[in-house]
Amino acid sequence: MRGIRLRVAQLAVFVGLLLFWFFMTEPGLIPTFYFSNPDKAAFFFGQPLKVFEVIMDWIISGSIYKHLVITLFETLMAFVIGTLSGLAIGLWLALSPGAAAILDPYIKALNSMPRVILAPIFAVWFGLGVWSKVALGVTLVFFIVFFNVYQGVREVSPTLLANARMLGAERSGLLRFVYLPSAMSWVFSSLHTSVGLAFVGAVVGEYLGSAAGVGYLILQAEGTFDINTVFAGILVLTLFALALDGAVTLFEKHFMRWQPRSSETEKL
Amino acid sequence: MSAAAEFKGVSCTFVSRDDPGQRYTAVHDVSFRVDVGEFVSVVGPTGCGKSTLLNVAAGLLEPSSGAITIFGSPLIGINRRAGYMFQAEALLPWRTARENVLAGLEFRGFPLKGAGDLADEWLRRVGLGGFGDRYLHQMSGGMRKRTSMAQTLILDPDIILMDEPFSALDIQTRQLMENELLSLWQAKQKAVLFITHDLDEAIAMSDRVLVMSAGPESHPIGEFVVDLPRPRDVAEIRTDPRFIRLHSDIWAVLREEVLKGYAQQMSAVA
Repeated sequence: MRGIRLRVAQLAVFVGLLLFWFFMTEPGLIPTFYFSNPDKAAFFFGQPLKVFEVIMDWIISGSIYKHLVITLFETLMAFVIGTLSGLAIGLWLALSPGAAAILDPYIKALNSMPRVILAPIFAVWFGLGVWSKVALGVTLVFFIVFFNVYQGVREVSPTLLANARMLGAERSGLLRFVYLPSAMSWVFSSLHTSVGLAFVGAVVGEYLGSAAGVGYLILQAEGTFDINTVFAGILVLTLFALALDGAVTLFEKHFMRWQPRSSETEKL
Repeated sequence: MSAAAEFKGVSCTFVSRDDPGQRYTAVHDVSFRVDVGEFVSVVGPTGCGKSTLLNVAAGLLEPSSGAITIFGSPLIGINRRAGYMFQAEALLPWRTARENVLAGLEFRGFPLKGAGDLADEWLRRVGLGGFGDRYLHQMSGGMRKRTSMAQTLILDPDIILMDEPFSALDIQTRQLMENELLSLWQAKQKAVLFITHDLDEAIAMSDRVLVMSAGPESHPIGEFVVDLPRPRDVAEIRTDPRFIRLHSDIWAVLREEVLKGYAQQMSAVA
């Protein structure tokens, strides 16, 4: 299955799910078999048509864009700061085994801690604005990048290093021409995970307390038992995450040209 | 003639990292010289410390005792006058062939413009003119070795160190590259220290062949001057009667060491 037939089949699954949702929740359409009241299914699970109404309303009135921009900003800032700090500290520890040995238990402890629990502390430190969400995202992204960089530097082959030294690379040259590119290849290979986690940090942070962002919209709607708006927010977030992932894939294709893909043949 | 590189009683003892009591002396009391413009091959059974000698000459490894002089002065740190072509894959995978070839110039801070022109020239010289934008995974083993050769020789080193550079290639590609190396070397007349386990290759290429004993404590046990005329064709010269006589002379010395080395490896496995 490929091409149009595959797309049609994928679309069919989507339509099927929507129809199932519609028939199960539309009051009075089918006899109630679980809930005591025909309106209860719609109350708990929302209704697809109303959800789309909410989304269309957001788009037409333009009220959603402000929230999307804020969530996107938080995601990007968390990603950039987390990646840069992970890169810097990963390179440092990988190249100074003494420091790595001393800090090893602390890094393990910090990594195994459920870091979402830090959100209230960040809210106290950085307020309810964007920076507390960025901080949460950074703690998630940092460790992914850090471990990849650490691994990337450690796995540089000794022959490659010896060759670079023979070709005239001094310590700074090795860092710039060998360690950094090798570490970056590992960072790129974990790009999907780290961008995804930056996004998780932003949304969870918003959900736990904020004044703007898509997570905030969901939190507000939940407070008034407006399940349709909650679902609308979740759908928007999902589409947004898919778009981010697509952007990462494009980025990856450009920067990872040198890496062989499985079963790739050269087109001449 | 003056010595480009001279080993004076070089010994290398490795200490096991896990168990400092475990020692292994790879080479013991090795003395020989490579003159300017001379092509010297070192042959010996596997595990006889041939690569150790090259690493010492490159300055990547400090000998436990003894010394090495490069053009008369003792070697400290990396040997800046040497180019080293490794046995294993040593190209940077995130660079294209062209970027790999000009890496040495870039590392040494040459202006990139001139380096690029020189890299293109070297790519053409090793027969990769149209393949400069290929990445490692898009190149065959032979193309990678050509790239490595260009990467090493572009810096115009006075001493060329080669560690079984062609051992992974098929016989036809190998002979082509051997001939290419010979013609490049003959044009420049650099000192070459060439490591191989292939006696045919050693005789066909060299001015002198050094035979190492089986390890541990490997040391030179024979030295043969190859007085075959140059320029040589590595494929044709194998039928020359003098080549065949040299081969049997050297093999007579080498044979016993190869068997010894083999027996040691088998007992190590068992």
